[in-house]
Amino acid sequence: MIGLAVLVLLLVFPLVVTQIFPLQIMILVFMYAMLGVAWNIMGGYAGMFSFGQAAFFGIGAYTSSYLLTAFHVNPWIGLIAGGVVAAMVAAAIGYPCSNLRGHYFAIASIAFAEIVRVHFNNWTLVNAAEGISLPMLDESFTNFMFHTSKVPYYYVALAFLILALVVCRFVATSKMGYYFRAIKESHDVAEVLGVNVVRYRLIAIMISAFLSAMAGTFYAQYVLYIDPESVMLLAVSVQIVLLSMLGGAGSVMGPVIGAAVLIPIAEVTRVWLGSRGTGLDMLIYGFMITIISMYQPQGVWGFLSRTGNKIK
Amino acid sequence: MGIPFQDGEQNKMNKAICLDVKGMTKWFGGLAANQDIDFFIKEGEIVSIIGPNGAGKSTLFNCITGFYKPNGGKVSFFGKDIYRMRADKICKLGIARTFQVVQVISDMTVLENVLTGALLRFDRIGPATEKALEVLAFTGLIEKKSFLGTELTISDKKRLEVSMALATQPRLLMLDESMAGLTPVELREIIELITKIREQGTTLVIVEHVMEAVMQISDRVIVLNSGRKIMEGVPKEVCASPEVIQAYLGDKYRVVC
Amino acid sequence: MLSVNNISVGYKGLLAVQDVSLRIDRGEIVSLVGSNGAGKSTIVKTIAGLLHPEKGEILFEDVAIHKMLPYEIVKKRISMIPEGRRLFGRLSVLDNLVLGAYALNSQKEAETMMERVFNIFPILRERKGQRADTFSGGEQQQLAIARGLMSHPSLLMLDEPSLGLGPKLVSEIFNVVKDINSNGVTVLLVEQNVHEALQISHRAYVLQTGRVVLEGGGEDLLKSDLVRQAYLGI
Repeated sequence: MIGLAVLVLLLVFPLVVTQIFPLQIMILVFMYAMLGVAWNIMGGYAGMFSFGQAAFFGIGAYTSSYLLTAFHVNPWIGLIAGGVVAAMVAAAIGYPCSNLRGHYFAIASIAFAEIVRVHFNNWTLVNAAEGISLPMLDESFTNFMFHTSKVPYYYVALAFLILALVVCRFVATSKMGYYFRAIKESHDVAEVLGVNVVRYRLIAIMISAFLSAMAGTFYAQYVLYIDPESVMLLAVSVQIVLLSMLGGAGSVMGPVIGAAVLIPIAEVTRVWLGSRGTGLDMLIYGFMITIISMYQPQGVWGFLSRTGNKIK
Repeated sequence: MGIPFQDGEQNKMNKAICLDVKGMTKWFGGLAANQDIDFFIKEGEIVSIIGPNGAGKSTLFNCITGFYKPNGGKVSFFGKDIYRMRADKICKLGIARTFQVVQVISDMTVLENVLTGALLRFDRIGPATEKALEVLAFTGLIEKKSFLGTELTISDKKRLEVSMALATQPRLLMLDESMAGLTPVELREIIELITKIREQGTTLVIVEHVMEAVMQISDRVIVLNSGRKIMEGVPKEVCASPEVIQAYLGDKYRVVC
Repeated sequence: MLSVNNISVGYKGLLAVQDVSLRIDRGEIVSLVGSNGAGKSTIVKTIAGLLHPEKGEILFEDVAIHKMLPYEIVKKRISMIPEGRRLFGRLSVLDNLVLGAYALNSQKEAETMMERVFNIFPILRERKGQRADTFSGGEQQQLAIARGLMSHPSLLMLDEPSLGLGPKLVSEIFNVVKDINSNGVTVLLVEQNVHEALQISHRAYVLQTGRVVLEGGGEDLLKSDLVRQAYLGI
């Protein structure tokens, strides 16, 4: 019931609030929430704490943008292509890493993401460090480009987020979800119950990569310029993990709450305090993460659902 | 005082060979944890494996169930070669096991834990949940089905682990020290459970130190010491063997047999 | 020597121990027996300072210790050997023993104690450079007890020393406990192996769901109906 009310509010939001800045914040919240939900599938549920989601985000952005600029491929097709490429890369890197757990997996994910970023920084095919500027096509839904107003982007971002949530919820309540959680507990427990650990880890990584890549294509179509330093940055990956943990890893809605809290803080501090503000948002995150880890390790969502249960 | 077979001796001979192990060998560096171990288990039996710490009992379990890769030997399960097969495939074939250090999924409820096991044989959550509830009723944990894994006592965790294993519908159940730390009353309960499991048609192999239980329920006992099988026989024989007393039982147990 | 007066201890939100009193006199072996979840480990952990009672007090040689931190309690010569051994697996036998002597005041005392434990457990002397987690369960238990002895305790508390050990080893461990006691160390023993524990104890307490339901001499309790039915399965 609350969910429905929130959804209605979100749908009418752009009609009521017409300033650009809040709209931009909401779009970013949706995008980061989607990235968080994608991360959550492999991290919060299957226990693979990746600090390299930006690599998939960037691969998605680059795939669709390159196809658009070099071959005039429609961005919606590019969207799917980006997802497929990211999933394949995920499988390729996931397989050798399938025995890594905990800290080792995290380190490997950072290494992977940085390798991708450095590679793209030097890859002339995609303009290396100069990045790709997307051509200004006529504004239309088919072209996945809107110039006169940001509002259509808002609705697309919201739709993408809802799609990601539907996927996540489906995973969480299916056989896959239980198997992921068993794998998170320990490989031994999962294997002894007949779970093909390698296969399920790969599935988790691939779903996560596909959804992250979709967010990447959205970003490219929204900002109309991408370069490795903006889409493949480690800081982006870290932000995704932070907001998911804050909101509650291992729950469907957790990352959404995390994004809803952290992204506005980041944007607001960035704008109001100008260049002096850089770092202040990180200070606030750090503080909030510390508090949450100490008192509510299950994140805000964990706290809310427990309080909700008590009220019932 | 053994649990009597319902079949006569003749029928016993006709029971299929459930597990056949030949020459099982596993080295860790220079140490032969398992050396040339041979034995077989007939369908419907309860066989105990006993021996001092470090004798290689858990290693043997791990080699058979795919958690260690043995260095030599042969293992077949109802005639099918499972030597060095992957652990999850072995589970699918019908061998389930518990661990010496109890492993359950801590942030799931008891029901969810067993459900995860049941999902091996059912693709949909609905039928799997029904199976899980059935198993919980069988093992006596149904009252605690909403407890989280972390909230259970050690003996309940062990019972949960057995429930999870049973939910995979095994033909062979291998228990690794499921009775450690139980009081006599709890012991009686788990012995009853093991008997019920056998009555359902599941074969059991158990590693145990609790001799009262071993003597009571085992059809046969296999004794390991320093990586080798040193003896095998019915409980009375094993109990009376001087070598076993020397290596493992100590003098006090002359009385118990 | 040690008196526990009406303590109540919470654990993970539940009251694991309720209004428990017990006393240990110098030179005794006292056992706490009871089922899983009865609260035995909780009591020992509370005495050791790992948990603090919500109500009641614990006095050791007339000094209140129930608010002290664990390392202060070790300094008072109370030593605990935890359930499951809890050795420093990656460290050698020697290192484990040295760490056990952390609370001692002088190098000389540590060396003396090490000699003593090697005499009690000769196998440790033979393999003192070996990594702790490469030993078998029974040998690990010996190392755990040796490490506990290194701090030269006047009160030694053992939490389930027989867990996971074969029958012969269980007898040996209990014999070691008797020897240690006859050399002047007071012993508090928590055990589920009720029979063996009561046989070597001077006195014992039976716990059920956090309360003391019976106390008395070791031999007497072995004969009591309650113990025989509930714990000895007779």
